[in-house]
Amino acid sequence: MWRDALVVAGKDLRVEGRSKVALNQVVPYSLVVLLLFGFAFDQDQPLLVQAAPGLFWLAVLFSGLLAVQRTFSIESADGAADSLRMSGLEPAGIFVGKVVAVAVQLLLLEVFLAVGIVVLFHSRLEGAGLLAASAVLSTTGVAAAGVAYGALSMGTRVRETLLPLLLAPVLAPVVLAATEAWRAALGFSSGDGWRWLGLLAGFTAIYLAGGVLSFGALMEET
Amino acid sequence: MRYPQASGSSRLTRVLGWSALAALALNTWWGLWLSPPDVVQGQFVRMLYIHPAVATMCYAGFGVCALGSVAWLWPRLRSPRWDRLAVAGAEVGAVFCFATLVTGSIWGRASWGVWWTWDARLTLTAILFALSLGYLALRRSIDNPHSRALASSMVAVLMALTVVVDHYATVWFVTLHQNETLFQPDPTIHGWQLATMLVSFLAFGLVFAWMMVHRYRLEVLEERYEREGFTSALEARRSEALPERRVEVPAR
Repeated sequence: MWRDALVVAGKDLRVEGRSKVALNQVVPYSLVVLLLFGFAFDQDQPLLVQAAPGLFWLAVLFSGLLAVQRTFSIESADGAADSLRMSGLEPAGIFVGKVVAVAVQLLLLEVFLAVGIVVLFHSRLEGAGLLAASAVLSTTGVAAAGVAYGALSMGTRVRETLLPLLLAPVLAPVVLAATEAWRAALGFSSGDGWRWLGLLAGFTAIYLAGGVLSFGALMEET
Repeated sequence: MRYPQASGSSRLTRVLGWSALAALALNTWWGLWLSPPDVVQGQFVRMLYIHPAVATMCYAGFGVCALGSVAWLWPRLRSPRWDRLAVAGAEVGAVFCFATLVTGSIWGRASWGVWWTWDARLTLTAILFALSLGYLALRRSIDNPHSRALASSMVAVLMALTVVVDHYATVWFVTLHQNETLFQPDPTIHGWQLATMLVSFLAFGLVFAWMMVHRYRLEVLEERYEREGFTSALEARRSEALPERRVEVPAR
């Protein structure tokens, strides 16, 4: 399974590396989202600093939707999905590979976004350990749930609009927990930020396990 | 294969429907006239005779949906019946979930002074409603019955987890929403209030059962239409070609 996962992750990342869709479209989009948040808050500096963790994770959520749609749209052209199905790779491996590819892209995107909130919202990044740990866990969770739901909606007639409707409420706990962890790390809340990592880890574990178990059945059907 | 009546009604559902209506009338009468205003909440206490019962039926609907979905996913139990039960539960649950949000919002305005507050249970109920809309949208967008049942049962299992979190939200998180009133060793309400509340559970329970039976039947009829619709359309076209209008091809 792990070898298959590496093959699929390598393939997806190579496709992204060559097409540069993530770099040329998704990264600028997410930075524009940050700018728009600035307009929405009327450039109120103290408010923006306070809200920065939540806005950061909302931008990750929006970009994550695009990344998941992208990872399945590269399979929809030229019968690539059928080739993948007949390639003899383990479905669980394909799932993990896609999750890794989406998570790596999102983590890179988060680096850009972190620079974005420092420059645009004047956030001061403190508590690097907590920031990084919660970012890795929640990004894996977003990728795992995204790939599982992406596979669910892939075979439907209305996948572009169905995926956000399915995924956004599902990812609500991740946005909540990641935001709270970041707020604690940046010193905006008195609570213990590490407590939220438990929720993030649980969510990520459920979706990784669910995806590994069900991806074969989903690929057969869609 | 035997089909239930095409009319979508039977003696059982008629009795069920009329009993639901009668119980609702009784609930209205007791709730608005017979039961006294509350010491603390005054007249607003009358929401007690709608909101908890409606919220319970919302949970019941999603619970039925989850059970049906798990049963469908279980290979030895797999049958289209479970899938029909799941969709009926989800749709009726979604209706009651919306009613829960609306009645809760009205009650919140009356007793807390706001239509909405960012409280764990309220927020999770709203998320649950969004999840159920996603579930129903997913079902509508897949034509193959087997794929539809598979994909939707997976989503339904997740919804069930949310219901559990939702229910315990008042215990786990600090929230404005009150805790259990009724199901505890020494209920905190008595007399007319308790009796009326029990009637409301009976009334909305009957409404729930009536809606479930009809939604299940509708699903059976829709499946039958999908299966037989093409054949009957073909037969209709064939019968249009009457013998006297048929053009004979001249022999060479």
